[in-house]
Amino acid sequence: MREGEKDPGLYDFRPYRDRTKLEWPGGKKVAVWVSPNLEFYEIDPPANPHRKSWPKPHPDIVGYGHRDYANRVAHWRMAEVMEKHGFKGSVSLSVALCQHHPDVVANANDLGWEFFSHGIYNTRYSYGMDEAQERAIIEDSIRTVRDATGQTIKGWLAPALTHTPRTLDLIAEYGMTYTCDLYHDDQPAPVRVKSGKLVSMPYSIEVNDHYGFFVYNMSPREYAETLMRQYDRLAAEAEARDGPGGTVMCIPLHSYLIAQPHRIGPFEDVLRHIAADGRAWITRSGDIADHFLSSGGYDAVAADAARYAKADA
Amino acid sequence: MSLDSAYLEYPKRHEGMDHGLYTPSPMPSRKPVAWPGGKPVAVTLLVNLEWFPITPEDKPFRAPGHMVTPYPDFRHYTAREYGTRVGFYRLLDAFAKAGVTATIAVNSAIAERYPSIIADILGAGHEIIAHATDMNATIASTLDEDAERAIITQARDTLAQVMGKAPRGWQSIARSQSFDTPRLLVEAGFDYMCDWVNDDLPWVATTDAGTITSVPFNHELSDRQMIAVQQHSMDSVAVQIEDALDWLKAEAAQYGAGRVLPFTLTPYITGLPYRMDAFEALLGRMASDEATWFASAGQLVDAWKPQAV
Repeated sequence: MREGEKDPGLYDFRPYRDRTKLEWPGGKKVAVWVSPNLEFYEIDPPANPHRKSWPKPHPDIVGYGHRDYANRVAHWRMAEVMEKHGFKGSVSLSVALCQHHPDVVANANDLGWEFFSHGIYNTRYSYGMDEAQERAIIEDSIRTVRDATGQTIKGWLAPALTHTPRTLDLIAEYGMTYTCDLYHDDQPAPVRVKSGKLVSMPYSIEVNDHYGFFVYNMSPREYAETLMRQYDRLAAEAEARDGPGGTVMCIPLHSYLIAQPHRIGPFEDVLRHIAADGRAWITRSGDIADHFLSSGGYDAVAADAARYAKADA
Repeated sequence: MSLDSAYLEYPKRHEGMDHGLYTPSPMPSRKPVAWPGGKPVAVTLLVNLEWFPITPEDKPFRAPGHMVTPYPDFRHYTAREYGTRVGFYRLLDAFAKAGVTATIAVNSAIAERYPSIIADILGAGHEIIAHATDMNATIASTLDEDAERAIITQARDTLAQVMGKAPRGWQSIARSQSFDTPRLLVEAGFDYMCDWVNDDLPWVATTDAGTITSVPFNHELSDRQMIAVQQHSMDSVAVQIEDALDWLKAEAAQYGAGRVLPFTLTPYITGLPYRMDAFEALLGRMASDEATWFASAGQLVDAWKPQAV
């Protein structure tokens, strides 16, 4: 990125019209990926000078216990409902969960879920890291997930969405193919990095369950309705004659929120709705990135963007 | 300047929790529990009965629901008192009408100031647990151990004197504990605490002084969270509680295992006239559901403990 400049220069402008149509396997319209955060929050983490880990003096047992509810109760409930309706998870993983709760990680792996890194802990922030420190985190993530699951991570979602100016260049250098940290589009797009090809994977922060429940204060049924409208709209746009072709819908989740007993029922209605619709490519983030890179999508989007760069010049 | 290299050290990165209070326990690995009468869902109603001094303390932190405006904040002081004088009696009547048992977490200042309310609660068959001394008595790790112990023992002793026996359970203000709280509660003779939100079933916490049971508390399933924070209506609360009940009934049937549905109430929130009809109707539907067992915290612990050990 262009550090210090007003526009970080991460990607090119590409308006949501006159796009080369993207196509998904089997002629499906919306690539739907469900992204559970499997996380570990430390009860007494070291302080990062740029951000407090818990609002109250440690131990913030309500905040900590709420997250721990995920690993004791809610993950299992959420995973069962997803499996019942044919949704594999694409996991943003606090990789230290591989040490703390190997059974949760093994369960997700056995279900065929994909893992990408969400840092070591969601209580350790990237702010202030030098390059060697950030490389250590990335190398730790690759090694830890490989040792625990046999998977080689392809993607990154920064821990607690904390970045440095070099994060995207580094993950591309280490061979990752996608980032979930940029929220500028409903289709995948190239990210400008120093080496390799990095895809921005659409990850809707706005329909994240945390935003639904704690930013917009939705009731569980309002949130479920929101997801269904999001899906219906993206499917309709993908089908439109003048539309952009295949769209992407991400459902980012935290089991300690979505799998509370008062929320999981309405959420199951969402999965049922999408699965029954027939227009969804129900898939994983890495599969979307692979398809986008191998089917000419990446190059087509780059060509679209170049066309506008010329028009603007 | 880059981060101190200690930030990349992880001395507690190992299997299990990063503290010694309890061990992991994934729900599918648990032995199924059964509630009395074969009821699948234990509903634990918990009321916070609180006295907010008009002189709020900010150390270690100001309690949720505390004073807002510059001194003297008559608006919030009297609105909270309305909850105790009026709203709480509406709740007691609603419990009686539905024939259900609740747990009342009481600031000991309530017992000192209004002893008749303690008699009214016990006379109606509800359980009282200790809830600090008053709403200035918040606990956090920044409080020194003696000061925290004094809050716990004063709350216990004052309630014991008015109740005629010591309360068995404890709930902290804002569910906030220090690293010492569970041990201090064991030392003060408490059997269970209702602060931890990490489970749908009770579990046992281990301290240097012995063990204490954690009674499940769900801070999302509370009127303060849903109505005061999320700004939902009581009608929406009713839908959410019933959705939770439906799900837990189905889960109990699927796994042949009892579940717990905690629901926390605040007199100055639910006890308002315009919310009571919806609340009473909800309670009536839940109480007439054959799947529910309305249990106080103590009844829940007594039913759970012999099965868990």
